[in-house]
Amino acid sequence: MHPAPSVIAFTSLSGAGYGLLFLLSLGSLLRFSWADDRVVMGVGLAIALGFIAFGLLASTRHLRRPERARYAFSQWRSSWLSREGVLAVATFLPAGLLFLSLPLLGSSGWFTLLCALLAGVGSVATVFATAMIYASLKPIRQWHHPKVPLVYMLMGLASGAAMLAALLSFAVGGSWASFIAALILLAAWVLKRLYWNDIDTMKPFSTMESATGLGRIGKVKLLEPPHTGENYLLSEMGYRVARKHAAKLRLLAQAIALFAVVLLVIAGLIGSGWGQLIFAFPAAVMALASIAVERWLFFAEAKHSVTLYYGKAA
Amino acid sequence: MTSLPTSPTEKRLGLVIDLDTCVGCQACVVNCKEWNTGGYPAPLSDIDPYGANPTGAWLNRVHAFEVEPDVGSPQVVHFPKSCLHCQDAACVTVCPTGASYKRESDGIVLVDEDRCMGCGLCAWACPYGAREMDPGVGVMKKCTLCVDRIYNETIAEEERLPACVRTCPAKARHFGDLADPSSDVSRLVAERGGMDLMPEMGYRPTNQYLPPRARREGCSSQPAKALETANPEGGFLAWLDRILSD
Amino acid sequence: MPDGAAPDRPIALSLPPSDEVKTSTCYMCACRCGIRVHLKNGELRYIEGNPDHPVNRGVLCAKGSAGIMNQLSPAKLRKPLKRVGERGSGDFVEIEWDEAMTIATDRLAKIRESDPKKLAFFTGRDQSQGLTGWWASQFGTPNHAAHGGFCSVNMAAAGLYTIGGAFWEFGEPDWEQTKIFLLFGVAEDHDSNPIKLGLARLKERGAKIVSINPVRGGYSAIADEWISITPGSDGLFILSLCRELLRAGKIDVEFLAQFSNAGHLVIDKPGSDTHGLIAKDEHGAPLIWDRLTDLPVAFPGQNVSPAMKGRFTLPDGREVVPAFELVARRLSEDQFAPEAITARTGVAPETIRRLAAELAEAAFENDLTREEEWEDGWGRKHSKVIGRAVTAHAMRGVSAHANGFHTCRAIHILQLLLGAIDRPGAWRYKPPFPRPTPPGQKPTGKPHQVVPGKPMPGPPLGFVTGPEDLLLNAEGGPQRIDKAYSWEAPVAAHGLMHMVITNAWKGDPYPIDTLFLYMANMAWNSSMNTSRVAEMLTDKDTTTGDYKIPFIIYADAFASETVNYADLALPDTTYLERWDCISLLDRPICDAHAAADAIRQPILKPDRDVRPFQTVLLDLGARLGLPGLVNEAGEPRYPGGYADYIVNHERKPGIGPLAGFRGADGQSRGRGAVNPKQLERYIENGCFWQEPIPADAQHHRFANQAYLDWALEMGFIESPAPILMQLYSEVLQRFKLAAEGHGEVQPPDQLRDRIKRVFDPLPLWYPPFEDESNDEAAYPLHGITQRPMAMYHSWHSQNAWLRQIHGANRLYIPKALAEAQNIADDDWVWAESRNGKVKAQVRIMTALNDKTVWTWNAIGKKPGAWNLDPKAPEATRGFLLNNLIDELLPEQGGYRYANSDPVTGQAAWYDMRLRVVKMTEAEARNADKASEAELKPPPGLATPPERLLYRGGNKGSDKA
Ligand SMILES: Nc1nc2c(c(=O)[nH]1)N[C@H]1C(S)=C(S)[C@@H](COP(=O)(O)OP(=O)(O)OC[C@H]3O[C@@H](n4cnc5c(=O)[nH]c(N)nc54)[C@H](O)[C@@H]3O)O[C@H]1N2
Ligand SMILES: Nc1nc2c(c(=O)[nH]1)N[C@H]1C(S)=C(S)[C@@H](COP(=O)(O)OP(=O)(O)OC[C@H]3O[C@@H](n4cnc5c(=O)[nH]c(N)nc54)[C@H](O)[C@@H]3O)O[C@H]1N2
Ligand code: SF4
Ligand code: SF4
Ligand code: SF4
Ligand code: SF4
Ligand code: SF4
Ligand SMILES: [Mo]
Repeated sequence: MHPAPSVIAFTSLSGAGYGLLFLLSLGSLLRFSWADDRVVMGVGLAIALGFIAFGLLASTRHLRRPERARYAFSQWRSSWLSREGVLAVATFLPAGLLFLSLPLLGSSGWFTLLCALLAGVGSVATVFATAMIYASLKPIRQWHHPKVPLVYMLMGLASGAAMLAALLSFAVGGSWASFIAALILLAAWVLKRLYWNDIDTMKPFSTMESATGLGRIGKVKLLEPPHTGENYLLSEMGYRVARKHAAKLRLLAQAIALFAVVLLVIAGLIGSGWGQLIFAFPAAVMALASIAVERWLFFAEAKHSVTLYYGKAA
Repeated sequence: MTSLPTSPTEKRLGLVIDLDTCVGCQACVVNCKEWNTGGYPAPLSDIDPYGANPTGAWLNRVHAFEVEPDVGSPQVVHFPKSCLHCQDAACVTVCPTGASYKRESDGIVLVDEDRCMGCGLCAWACPYGAREMDPGVGVMKKCTLCVDRIYNETIAEEERLPACVRTCPAKARHFGDLADPSSDVSRLVAERGGMDLMPEMGYRPTNQYLPPRARREGCSSQPAKALETANPEGGFLAWLDRILSD
Repeated sequence: MPDGAAPDRPIALSLPPSDEVKTSTCYMCACRCGIRVHLKNGELRYIEGNPDHPVNRGVLCAKGSAGIMNQLSPAKLRKPLKRVGERGSGDFVEIEWDEAMTIATDRLAKIRESDPKKLAFFTGRDQSQGLTGWWASQFGTPNHAAHGGFCSVNMAAAGLYTIGGAFWEFGEPDWEQTKIFLLFGVAEDHDSNPIKLGLARLKERGAKIVSINPVRGGYSAIADEWISITPGSDGLFILSLCRELLRAGKIDVEFLAQFSNAGHLVIDKPGSDTHGLIAKDEHGAPLIWDRLTDLPVAFPGQNVSPAMKGRFTLPDGREVVPAFELVARRLSEDQFAPEAITARTGVAPETIRRLAAELAEAAFENDLTREEEWEDGWGRKHSKVIGRAVTAHAMRGVSAHANGFHTCRAIHILQLLLGAIDRPGAWRYKPPFPRPTPPGQKPTGKPHQVVPGKPMPGPPLGFVTGPEDLLLNAEGGPQRIDKAYSWEAPVAAHGLMHMVITNAWKGDPYPIDTLFLYMANMAWNSSMNTSRVAEMLTDKDTTTGDYKIPFIIYADAFASETVNYADLALPDTTYLERWDCISLLDRPICDAHAAADAIRQPILKPDRDVRPFQTVLLDLGARLGLPGLVNEAGEPRYPGGYADYIVNHERKPGIGPLAGFRGADGQSRGRGAVNPKQLERYIENGCFWQEPIPADAQHHRFANQAYLDWALEMGFIESPAPILMQLYSEVLQRFKLAAEGHGEVQPPDQLRDRIKRVFDPLPLWYPPFEDESNDEAAYPLHGITQRPMAMYHSWHSQNAWLRQIHGANRLYIPKALAEAQNIADDDWVWAESRNGKVKAQVRIMTALNDKTVWTWNAIGKKPGAWNLDPKAPEATRGFLLNNLIDELLPEQGGYRYANSDPVTGQAAWYDMRLRVVKMTEAEARNADKASEAELKPPPGLATPPERLLYRGGNKGSDKA
């Protein structure tokens, strides 16, 4: 599948945003001391909402007729994309209120807690919905896979956690946050490796023989594509990344992630203050970077069944 | 509402395509473009039409495959493909705007182009590559089963057929109600072992494909036995004598 | 809201597609299907097949369906063009029609007064040869022909000289009843839609389709059996089938005896000037030997039993042998044994044997014979109509070879042996065929017939029956610029258009002044050796500084490659903008059950300064004062242009371009007085006319009196005399005798052997000349092209829809070859012949003869031509195989003959031999750049739009 920058930005940035939002909400629900720190919460929510908003905006770049985007909230009954839209907006509301209520009502008011609860749940749901947009598509076996939503959520959580760790550099619990972030990031990547292993070893649902129904006669080979001219299907779904190239990128992504983990651990050991920030902040950036590469591969390595009709394996 | 019709549609209109007789002439492809660029999905745009990289929206395309059997000579099969108007059409359910829908009455899958925001998700959801984003107007285009012909009361009744079916010179395309077991198309499918494409995807396509008949080395009746020499001794001219003299 | 959509979202289901519908005849190719053109707000909305039309019965092919884009094309010429720069530079100025006509008139007037031969007027894809041929003879030049010579004259000539008809417009299989159908070398053919409709019927009925073709695609893809023949060897395959049938006695001796010259007595007097001719009585009637009275009698004789074998002595002492015995002996030769032909054809002996058996079964064991009284033209009564369920169709795959004439003849001989001609289940004639074998019209243009300022006494093209009919100059050399009807191509029924440029450039046999071309892209895909042709067109005489071909007038509708080389370009209308007639005098569109002709009517007004070429030609003729084109007062005879001519021109009294709705009342058909309202009547009738053939006249039409009388009444034939099948070709023997030194008219010595060899009255196969001179090690492959069903020659690359389907062509190579030279799909290679090399991107194919490579015809374009972006795939990735084909054979005895069939002069496109060489990495890297020099588009063309949002005249909300 064609790795469109807009979609990559959308999924990785909003994922990180929701990850952070989730942790902040969780923090205030569980009454962590840092949740009373207005700077942390204020800046944290601002960043989270910023990421989410930016991600959502980026996603509209993918639309050919964005002026009609409003219709997209209408089909939540059947469409994960629609659900994602609805949830995103629905989550924005409590998150925004949370942002406003903290300075006014303080972190312990029932209203704040309610907002936190809704925002937290909304974040999880939204990221899940985003993942399901892809996981629900049968024609793309690399996407239609149970681990896809988990990866999405863990990756979001990990990048969120890394950011939180950086945020907490001057607040209590910074070092814990760093260790936990390191753990989640590690977990996310372990899962991702398992996922890769699955898609590399699974056998395709469909073949040229089943796509054409001609398998009963013999081995099928494309003789002539329908047109010699370009077509939308191929530019959109015919994208192919060389195995070697993909393998390199997989390594790169993991290396960056691993580096982020190390930085987080160091940050954790330092514990707090500038020292931690100097390690935790780049760690957060690294975590995001590794996820961006992971997302690029998520698209580039996905093969659509339509390509079978053009003589390529799916 | 992009949920699919809850109960099976009354009619299941679709195409039956005969891979045994399709000669790959592309008449259906171009006639489809011609009818539809001025019809329901108008326009079907073309970009850089006279340039280095011409491309456009088409609702029907014909591929050509080569099939190598273990025994017998290799075959070439021409393979037309348009929307199969699936019963479990995920292209419809994924649509966030409600632009894509499947008609209750006859199962035709359509796009309401004034609602389409051009996200392309439905095209991703179609295993068959039957949806194309119009490069000129940025909305999704697909086979309409010529809904603006088949019910069109301003067209002579016998001509209320999809453009591609009417124009096919090899009569390799058939149109009808596949929900009605007594319809011509249903009978064809039964006789000729019509098949689903990619059944494993579980979309339950309405359009059916008739597989190429077994190629016949022998004659229309059973393979004829090699010819006896008319008259071994005298050879042919001696035989001539015989038939001339009686 | 019709109930069709009751529970669904409301959508307009019953919008009228258009606000106006007009019928006409398609002209996106030469098949001439009936169309209904829908207009909305004056724009083209939809072009569909006319269900009532006899040719296509409602279907329309890809090309026809792209007619809208033909009309929208920015490659349309818009105004007459005059060359101002060097020829080929593309420097033109737009001029007014008056100036254009004056230039042409002045030039042609001089030629006509001095030496009319110096005008060479050749036409390509047009369907007005009735007019153009007649115009040429009124002008007085013999140098006229249409594209037939490079197309399929082998097919036409072999058929007309053997059975009085051929394939395509001459006849068709009995699709409804045949049991086995042999398809020789056809990818698409002129009869595009009818053949597909026919194949569909065969499939429905379960009849067997056998395709003999090196490539399995298109029609061959759906064939039940595919015979992967090696190019050029069909003759062997067919004659081997004949041999098998003879061996088994599975032939229709009675049919041969009654309706062919099989029983005619051939004089056996080696060395004499009568050897091999048919013995005749004092009235010139051919003789047969009656086995009952053991006496010679004039054919057919009353209750006689003609001897088909034996040796007899006529009263005058001449030794004679029945023609059939000679044919049988030839066919029994070992060279045609199934084992003997395998190496060359690639067809296994078992396959030949089995097929022969299948043919015999279908021909002789069927239930199609019925009791029916009928009388033949010799007064013989018949009680049965016998069924023979074997049919064949063939086209350029067999005809476009230097042995094509005899291969085509072999197919007809197979039909004759099986008695499978114009009988139920067999191949059947289409009116106005059958015609006499050959038709009576002789070619005109002998020296005394070409007189300055005078018309010729007859049409340039015709059918020779002996050396005395050849068109030779005083020295016995060619009289025509294309050397048609000379010893190089004696039976050149359609001329040799593919040789005109080369000969004119060489001044061989003589220099010409003006080359006048119409609707043929001679600077590109309709010439062999294309790059040389471009040089010839621009080459100058070093002494005088004039162009070797002094003046070129070209009439085209689009900015083709050839326009670039014109001195004067005359822009034509499109087929939707003009009157045309599809005439029985030209290339008929009848079918086996009915006679038919048709018209085109102007549906759209030209939006530019163009004129219908036929009207321009009539105007030019009038300005030149050509006899048929002006009246007594010297005024134009057809001031109303082509429409006027179509209605009012009479070739013979009562016979005009259109056979329908004749007579003042429009009631007469075939013959009849001029009907001023004729065109209106055609339009009322859907722009065509059809006349069913009487039921009792639908079989054995070569001899069926009922048919012959009807055909005479309709004006198809001059006399109701029956037509005799030529199993044995006396005409060919006459030329052979000349080559052996008999008679007045003698061939040049260097040609004697070749003529002795190929002018054989008996079934014959010889290897294509290219093969004979080929170094098999150097050029092991055969190179051929196929017609893409969705493209018409060069001319549809300007079509925005069709060029998306065929924007560039690949070279298809057999899997074995690819493996041997480790070539992968999409690799770039050089295709190299003795004439040069072209680049090509390959696609590997398994269903392909392992000695053959092929590509789609005429997809490759010159950069800048057709008003396409110079970087268009047609120019960068596409290629033209013609560059590899030499129009001349390697030198023999100091002379290079045309790469053509020695009998008819048919261009031998498919004899080309080549090799494939993989490109080096470096070469491959920039292989997809244009290799040809870029053309400068002529002035005044429309600027090609960057996007087309075509709505067929619907205003509608712009969704953009
Ligand atoms: N390698 C190879 N070469 C071949 C062949 C092959 O099989 N292989 N086939 C040969 C054969 S059989 C043929 S017939 C020739 C065909 O070759 P051509 O006779 O050259 O046919 P086209 O390429 O169609 O060119 C016809 C010209 O007519 C112009 N034209 C189109 N419509 C109109 C119109 O309405 N009015 C006018 N005035 N002009 C119009 C087009 O623009 C084009 O320039 O090619 C021959 N060349
Ligand atoms: N769509 C479309 N239709 C056309 C045209 C077009 O350009 N496009 N052109 C028109 C014209 S001008 C003509 S003349 C007709 C020609 O119509 P066709 O006769 O169908 O012409 P080709 O496409 O040259 O097909 C030649 C076939 O013969 C095969 N062949 C080549 N060599 C041999 C051989 O030695 N033996 C045998 N058995 N087969 C062989 C080739 O593989 C090919 O399939 O088509 C007409 N119709
Ligand atoms: S029109 Fe008919 S024969 Fe031609 S490609 Fe389409 S389905 Fe095949
Ligand atoms: S073929 Fe594709 S577009 Fe058509 S209904 Fe099925 S899934 Fe939808
Ligand atoms: S592209 Fe249009 S039709 Fe397709 S899913 Fe998006 S909105 Fe729906
Ligand atoms: S049914 Fe209509 S829209 Fe669908 S492929 Fe055929 S012509 Fe095109
Ligand atoms: S075959 Fe096609 S292009 Fe030719 S006349 Fe018929 S419809 Fe037109
Ligand atoms: Mo031709």
